[in-house]
Amino acid sequence: MIFLRLFWEYFKVGLFSIGGGMATIPFLYDLSDKTGWFTHAQLADMLAVSESTPGAIGVNMATYVGYTTAGPWGALIATIGLVAPSIIVILLVARVLQQFRHNRFVEAGFYGLRPASTGLIAAAGVTVFMIALMDVDRYAQTKALGDLFHWKACLLAAAVLIFSDWVKPTKTWHPIVFIGISAVAGVVFHFAGV
Amino acid sequence: MKELWELFLAFAKLGVMTFGGGAAMLPMLQREILEKRHWATEEELMDYYAIGQCTPGVIAVNTATFIGQKRKGVIGGIVATAGMVFPSLVIITILAGIITNISSLGWVQNAFAGIRACVVVQIFNAVIRLGKKSIVDKRTLVIFLVVFLGSILTNLSPVWFVLAAAVAGILLKQWEVKRT
Repeated sequence: MIFLRLFWEYFKVGLFSIGGGMATIPFLYDLSDKTGWFTHAQLADMLAVSESTPGAIGVNMATYVGYTTAGPWGALIATIGLVAPSIIVILLVARVLQQFRHNRFVEAGFYGLRPASTGLIAAAGVTVFMIALMDVDRYAQTKALGDLFHWKACLLAAAVLIFSDWVKPTKTWHPIVFIGISAVAGVVFHFAGV
Repeated sequence: MKELWELFLAFAKLGVMTFGGGAAMLPMLQREILEKRHWATEEELMDYYAIGQCTPGVIAVNTATFIGQKRKGVIGGIVATAGMVFPSLVIITILAGIITNISSLGWVQNAFAGIRACVVVQIFNAVIRLGKKSIVDKRTLVIFLVVFLGSILTNLSPVWFVLAAAVAGILLKQWEVKRT
């Protein structure tokens, strides 16, 4: 029963991802490994679309992954699964708001949780890095170091990094602008080689 | 009923206007919920937002549930959340259908190859931003590194890392209390 499975998997994502939309990504890579519902490359594409469309990234990702897995109903079920733990936890917390904020154990737990969540996102970033900027398969065939990286993509990533982090006027641009420019660069310079 | 409908509409509007996730949502929340509708005070909003960041799930959804439940109880929480996710459901479902149909075209593949390079940088930026807030001393740095390497090198589900880190945080803090 794909819908039940989808709901349950997404319920777990909602329950264990802490710190916003990006925190759901490591769970989705894990889901991809476990189920084969979608590939790592598809996931990177879905992330890009989720970032460039209205709505919270985590919700957009849930809808997209759900759709990819089981069509429009899958989209709905995955999204409900994602938000169900939030609703339950927040409704419980709302009753004991002040105690919750200042509880020693809650604070200590989050002290450990936050860096862990960051570590998981960083690890997911490495996976995306290998898909987007490297070509391990081709390297395995040719053993030529020049074939290990997608050089055009590496150049683009370096440019995006510089302009989105250090250059004054572009630093404040919305991420969508960079995604748009990157898409155009990909088409103009035939990034996928087709 | 009218109030529930208003809740749904207000959060659907927020869902459309929020680009790029929870962090982008705060200024919108302040304008829509605080200034225009007076559904919460500034302090309440900051509390909800702070708790929304450190409880499970997507920040935008957590904040919506909070404000909804404050207005109309449990039903209000659910209705506000439904409003928040409604635009995503519609927009993404339509887009996903279109993209699936054109994904075999050469220029689409080229475009996504370019976009993926950009996504690498954006995840990197997110890690830096979150790291500044979450890696505050040597111990949190160790937790970060252990989870980062553990997640790359093993096939363990992220769930285990999250649970272990929460326990580690509590033990470390307990130990600190005992020592002083």
